[in-house]
Amino acid sequence: MLDDFLVRALLAGIGLALVTGPTGCFIVWRRLAYFGETIAHSALLGVAVAILLDAHLVIGIFAIACGVVLVMFFLEGRDTLPTDTLLGLLAHGGLALGLVILSFFPTMRLDLQALLFGDILGVARADLAMIWLGGAIALAVLVWIWRALLTATVSVDLATVEGLRPERARLVFGFLVAAIIAVAIKIVGVLLIVALLVIPAATVRRFATSPEMMALGAAIMGVVAVGGGLYASAELDTPSGPSIVVVALILFSVTRLQWPKAASRG
Amino acid sequence: MQPEPTNDDAPGDLGPLVQVRDVGVRRQGRWIVRHVDLEVFRGKLVYLIGANGAGKSTLAKSVLGLIDINEGSIDRAPSLKVGYVPQRLQVSPNLPLNLRRLMTLTGRFPATEIDAALAAVGLDRLGDPPVSTMSGGEFQRALLARALIHRPDLLVLDEPAQGVDAAGTEVFHERIEEIRRDLDCGVLLISHDIQLVMDTGDDVVVLLPHEHDDPNPYFGSAEGQSNQQGAE
Repeated sequence: MLDDFLVRALLAGIGLALVTGPTGCFIVWRRLAYFGETIAHSALLGVAVAILLDAHLVIGIFAIACGVVLVMFFLEGRDTLPTDTLLGLLAHGGLALGLVILSFFPTMRLDLQALLFGDILGVARADLAMIWLGGAIALAVLVWIWRALLTATVSVDLATVEGLRPERARLVFGFLVAAIIAVAIKIVGVLLIVALLVIPAATVRRFATSPEMMALGAAIMGVVAVGGGLYASAELDTPSGPSIVVVALILFSVTRLQWPKAASRG
Repeated sequence: MQPEPTNDDAPGDLGPLVQVRDVGVRRQGRWIVRHVDLEVFRGKLVYLIGANGAGKSTLAKSVLGLIDINEGSIDRAPSLKVGYVPQRLQVSPNLPLNLRRLMTLTGRFPATEIDAALAAVGLDRLGDPPVSTMSGGEFQRALLARALIHRPDLLVLDEPAQGVDAAGTEVFHERIEEIRRDLDCGVLLISHDIQLVMDTGDDVVVLLPHEHDDPNPYFGSAEGQSNQQGAE
C-alpha cells in the first residue's frame, strides 16, 4: 500500500495536518502568523547552510529556524524596533542570504519550485517515518506546554505568578514551530506552510467553545483539507500543495457563508 | 529573616506573608517607586493607594515577583500561595474561552468548587458565557473567583473596582471583606480611590508620585518617597 505515491502523500499530509491544526490555534490566538512566515522564509537560508555543511536539509532548516526563534526571543520587547519590523528583517534577510549563498553552487541542482511550494507526491517512506514520529513528539510537547501557553495567552503575569514559567513555554513553542516547519517544507513548501497552520484553526474558531475543542477541530479540518486537496489534485491534475491550501480556503469560506449571524459575533 | 516555620504552619503564621523593605524600582534612570515599606499579615487587608503614575502597579508587580527591584528587599513567606487579579485584562475574541474553563485555566477543580467560587463573587447565575462577551466588571469578578479557587494565602488585587460604579464598588469591597474572613488570607488591594479607604480600619499605604525623581539619575537623592503605613 505504501508503494503508491498517492497513499504516501495522503499519509504524510494527514500526519502533518494533525500537528499543524492544534499548533496553528496558538498561532491564531497569539497572533503569530508573521512569526511563522519568518521561520518559513528563513528555511531557504537553512537549505543553503545544509548544503554548505553537507547536512540533511531538515537539520539545516531546523537549525536556522531555531536561530530565528532565539533572536526573536531575546530581541522582542528589548529592542526599540517593533516586532513585525524585526520579523520582516529576519524573514527577507534570511531568504535573500539563502539565495545568494545558493548561487555560489551553480552545479548544485536545487528544485526551487519544490522548496517554495512543496512536493508532497515525492514523499518517501523515510519521510513518512519522520513526519509521524516527529508529529507524535510535537503533539506530546504541545500537551506538555499547553496549560502554561494557554494561561500566558490570557495573561503572562497570571501565568508567572502561578509558577507556570510562561517564558519557557514561549521558547519551547518557538522551537516546536521551527521543527514543524522544517519537516513540512518538503510537503507544502516555504510559501504555503503557514496556510496549514492558520486556515484550519481560523475555520473552526466559530464552532469551538473551548480551546481544546478548537485544537481538535483544527486537526480534523486540516485532515479534510489534505484529503480533499490531494483528491482534487489527482482528478484535476493541479499542483498538490496549492490544491490542499485552496481546499482549506474553500472550507473556510463555506463556513463563513453559511453562518452569517455567527460571524457578526465572532 | 523570619523564623523557620515547621511543616505544621501555614505560610504567614509566624510572620508577615510578605514584607517589603525600602523598595525602589528604577527604569531608564527614573525611580518609579522608592523607599516603600509595607507588610501584609494573614487575615489582614492592606490598601495601597495613590494617584495615577504613583507606581502602584509597579509595586504590586514587585511584590508578586514579576519585576526586579533595584533597591531594598521583598521577603515572601516560604511556600506562599499567591492569588493575583491583574488590572484590565483583555482576552482576545479569537480565543474560545468560557467562564467555567477560565476557572480551570491553571488547575483542575470539581464542579462544586467552581460553583462555590463563582457564587462568592456573585457570578453563579451567569451561566457559562464566553469571557470575551462579559463586561469589564463581570470579568474582573471572574478573575477574582479564579484566584479564590486556588485558596491563596495572599490575594493581590490591582484596581479591582475599576470601571465599576459607586454602588458596585461598595458591593465589591464587601465581597473582599467576606473573602478575607472566609479564606483567612492576606489581601493587598490597590486602589486610587482614597475616599473609599478612609473609614475602614485597615492598613493604608499611600504612594506619592514624582517626589522621587532625581535631578541626576547617577546620584541618589536624599529626598525619597514618603510613605506611611499605620494601623488605625
